[in-house]
Amino acid sequence: MQRTVLLAASLAFAASMGSALAAPVNYKTPDEVAAFKPGPNLEVVQGNCTACHSSDYIATQPPMKDKKGFWQAEVTKMIKVYGAPIDDADVGKIVDYLATTY
Amino acid sequence: MFDRRDLLKGAGLAALAATLNSTKALALDTVTLPFANGERPLVKYPQKRPMIGLTSRPPQLETPFAIFNDGPITPNNAFFVRYHLADLPYNLDPDKFTLEVKGKVDKPLKLSLKDIRKMKATEIVAVNQCSGNSRGLFEPRVAGGQLANGAMGCARWRGVPLKAVLEMAGVQAGARQVTFGGMDGPVSDKTPDFVKALDLDHASDGEVMLAYGMNGEDLPFLNGFPLRLVVPGYYGTYWLKHLNEITVIDNVYDGFWMKSAYRIPDTPNNAVEPGTAPKATIPINRFTIRSFITNVPDGAKLKAGRTTLRGIAFDGGKGIKQVEISTDGGKTWAGAKLGKDLGKYAFREWMLPVKLAAGQVELKVRATGNGGETQPETPRWNPAGYLRNVVETVRVSVA
Repeated sequence: MQRTVLLAASLAFAASMGSALAAPVNYKTPDEVAAFKPGPNLEVVQGNCTACHSSDYIATQPPMKDKKGFWQAEVTKMIKVYGAPIDDADVGKIVDYLATTY
Repeated sequence: MFDRRDLLKGAGLAALAATLNSTKALALDTVTLPFANGERPLVKYPQKRPMIGLTSRPPQLETPFAIFNDGPITPNNAFFVRYHLADLPYNLDPDKFTLEVKGKVDKPLKLSLKDIRKMKATEIVAVNQCSGNSRGLFEPRVAGGQLANGAMGCARWRGVPLKAVLEMAGVQAGARQVTFGGMDGPVSDKTPDFVKALDLDHASDGEVMLAYGMNGEDLPFLNGFPLRLVVPGYYGTYWLKHLNEITVIDNVYDGFWMKSAYRIPDTPNNAVEPGTAPKATIPINRFTIRSFITNVPDGAKLKAGRTTLRGIAFDGGKGIKQVEISTDGGKTWAGAKLGKDLGKYAFREWMLPVKLAAGQVELKVRATGNGGETQPETPRWNPAGYLRNVVETVRVSVA
């Protein structure tokens, strides 16, 4: 028993030293802490946007004069260019949330 | 090489106290980049020192600007990170990794990492810069990743010339372009996968490299481990990470990431009137020429009298001929002394002793390349926020 534990420990050590033994990378990113701000239709936004990217993509965009036009263009880009499967009925809700919240 | 201790002494304690950084530290865990909505967390990822966090999924990290004052080579643990699509190969196994070479070739290849490492290696010191570096400084502002000047870095890359691999495969007559794909991909199969293309002549120029080494170590995972494309002098969009697919084609690749994204105006200087759309566009290509002061941050308080300014310059591959400094807002200019030449694609260090009079002073830096091109005094604008290379200004109070 003792020997098995030691063997396992030394194997783990060798693996952690890199190329001596085959090992997948198993890269771990930190926990995602960014969250959408509270606002109207938050759940629609969460349901549609977070599959592909974190909310900081939105929070770091510049403050624009025409917020509605800016966010309408972004949501349209997500649908037309990146293939986001957003229901027609949700588009207006998402744009309103983004324009009033960010 | 310059003696950093002397330079630091010359720059004065005030500049040191201001953290040698163009970003203002609010707390240990936050920085504010110099544009509206520029607050960012400092984040810690494996293999990286604390970096400016732009987005967490996919990860995008900007290099804190102070690091560029440490020398012409950017450390691996400080090198910027940019991804488009969130399905990263977090669990890839380097022993099972395969690079596939296919398409219009006589002998399609499947190369392991071992196969590639057995080939004759070459090295090149080259800057990688994100196309959107400095986008946050555009006025009017544009959509996209809002970066200050830290989405760039210079490393010594080690690998094999793409040319050698293409020769092994035997490129067929009629081939026109080579496309590149990586192991990272979209979350949804409706999102176009990230694929880029180079003309065959460019791909076989002997400089474009398949790199597995970076500054004497393996590539960090977030910089493309175990293999990435290095395209010296070209924007980072072409430097495919986790590269596992090379395809020779007999047409011009028309996928989204070449045909629609990463385009610049097809005009002189690749600029348009701010706020307008270009009539025609071309794929982004070589870096514009840039230079930076790295040892004095914007807003620093300096003592009147002698001090030494230092920084870096680079361009798209002609190499830096001259760096000039103005300490009077651009009225008069003096030539700086250039540091060691690490190659025409590398950061070129510069330094210049100057004498500062009391008052509000605008320090400016301007590079000229061996091809004669220099930096504009007013920013050029394009709707995607690419190619920024205006003469940089650092405003300081001298007393």
